[in-house]
Amino acid sequence: MATNNVDFEKKQAEAMEIKKKRLSLSRIDNRIMVIISLALGIIAWFLLALIPSVSTIITNPIILIKTFISELENGLISDIYTSIFRVLSGFLLGLVVAIPIAFLMGWYGTFRSLTEPWIQFFRTIPPIALIPLVIVAFGVGESAKIAVIFVATFLVMVVSIYQGVRNVDPTLIKAARVLGANDKDIFFEVVVPASFPYILVGVRLGLASAWTTLVAAEMTGASKGLGNMIMEAGTFFRMDQVILGIVLIGIIGFIMDKLVLYLEKKLAGWQEVSK
Amino acid sequence: MMNEIMPKINIRNLSKIYQGRHGEVVALNDVNLEIQANEFICVVGPSGCGKSTLLNIIAGLENKTSGSVMADNAEIIKPGKERGVVFQQYALFPWKTVLKNVEFGLKLNGVGKQQRREKAMEYLDLVGLTEFANAYPKELSGGMRQRVAIARAFTAEPDILLMDEPFGALDAQTRAQLQEELLHIWDTKKKTCFFITHDVDEAVLLAQKVVIMSARPGRIKEIIDVDIPYPRNQETKLSERFSEIKNDIWSKVYKEYLSVKK
Repeated sequence: MATNNVDFEKKQAEAMEIKKKRLSLSRIDNRIMVIISLALGIIAWFLLALIPSVSTIITNPIILIKTFISELENGLISDIYTSIFRVLSGFLLGLVVAIPIAFLMGWYGTFRSLTEPWIQFFRTIPPIALIPLVIVAFGVGESAKIAVIFVATFLVMVVSIYQGVRNVDPTLIKAARVLGANDKDIFFEVVVPASFPYILVGVRLGLASAWTTLVAAEMTGASKGLGNMIMEAGTFFRMDQVILGIVLIGIIGFIMDKLVLYLEKKLAGWQEVSK
Repeated sequence: MMNEIMPKINIRNLSKIYQGRHGEVVALNDVNLEIQANEFICVVGPSGCGKSTLLNIIAGLENKTSGSVMADNAEIIKPGKERGVVFQQYALFPWKTVLKNVEFGLKLNGVGKQQRREKAMEYLDLVGLTEFANAYPKELSGGMRQRVAIARAFTAEPDILLMDEPFGALDAQTRAQLQEELLHIWDTKKKTCFFITHDVDEAVLLAQKVVIMSARPGRIKEIIDVDIPYPRNQETKLSERFSEIKNDIWSKVYKEYLSVKK
């Protein structure tokens, strides 16, 4: 009897498969559209750079590539490396501190009441406003930049991960409880895995905010890094270098974002996506 | 001798009062109910009559305000593995595969890997889902998910199964299939079932006794014996006796619906 019914439902599952295939077809369409959009953008850029009054500010793509090659020999790699190093150190520090605090906030009401007002307060302050303070405290070296990025990423991530812990479906906790779970089981078997997607969302937001903060921090005084490169090029009116810096920051940020999205697909693929 | 007459679940003078924003809400008022071992009981009543509250108290998920609720002569104060629950919204862990979901109760109780795998597969086989052992819940249809949830509850080997409108979210056809499957499992595994539904047809098809609850404050209005022999299936619904009992219950429940409307 049971098998008959399952046969019927298998057919339903097959129908779902077919729907998925259709979805992946439209995905290919989507990719083509992205390529077309990119091509159109570059053409528009090229045409825009043909206008004499604009071309002094917006370098055309060919010159940009030339600048890129010549800058590669001029220490561009070490600028990129310095910037990525700062972003990742500040971000990782932020993540390592944000995870336990967010879980404590979600799990213990008292801890939440004590910490939440402070986090909400500091969240409203743009991290860049902290730079003068940080420079006095840490000087202008690496630690100052990392500290600013740490603060920025920590605040973004702690809020997002905390939301995840708070949003755990109470029915799942009930379901675990009636199967014999104690508090520890519920924390590690339900709350942690259920908040995992939110941790990844936090990571995405954290990385994005790390990048924006980095450039600001580097512009206020640094000897290296992409932000510093843009600032210096600006004072010498080297618009090609400025635009190169901007484009590189965009590309690296984009790649980092895609990496996190890929991780999410691999590690949190169990999530139900509503389409 | 004592054991035979002792009810599996014994509810005496149970009341539950919530402290609502606009004062007290009496969810259950002086509920008395005895459920014998291996009995199949269905509870029907208008929404807001406290059926789910009653189930949650038996499950140990909610505290009572006064009275006594005993399982095997022991007061219920927290969830226990002798009482399994099937929720309307399946409540499967989406990050666990079907197999891991089903064996989770055994894992929590420290059963070894090999043993719990065997037991889980046995119950997955009973609900016809062995092929889907390694699938994730999101890959399953609603009916399949509820089968997994039922297998999960049974695998933990409780004596008592508490089901809170388990088929309420399913389409009519899947629902009919699962009703028959549940009867089949109940027949082979001999459990005490406490099943909440708002569907009178479902209640009469499944239960030996149908408990009608009255609207707020929730009280037991009447308990009706369903004297139709098992095994039952969808064809049972065509019998005259089925209609008689169903109409009787329906008219009583309908009065309660009307009183809620007022």
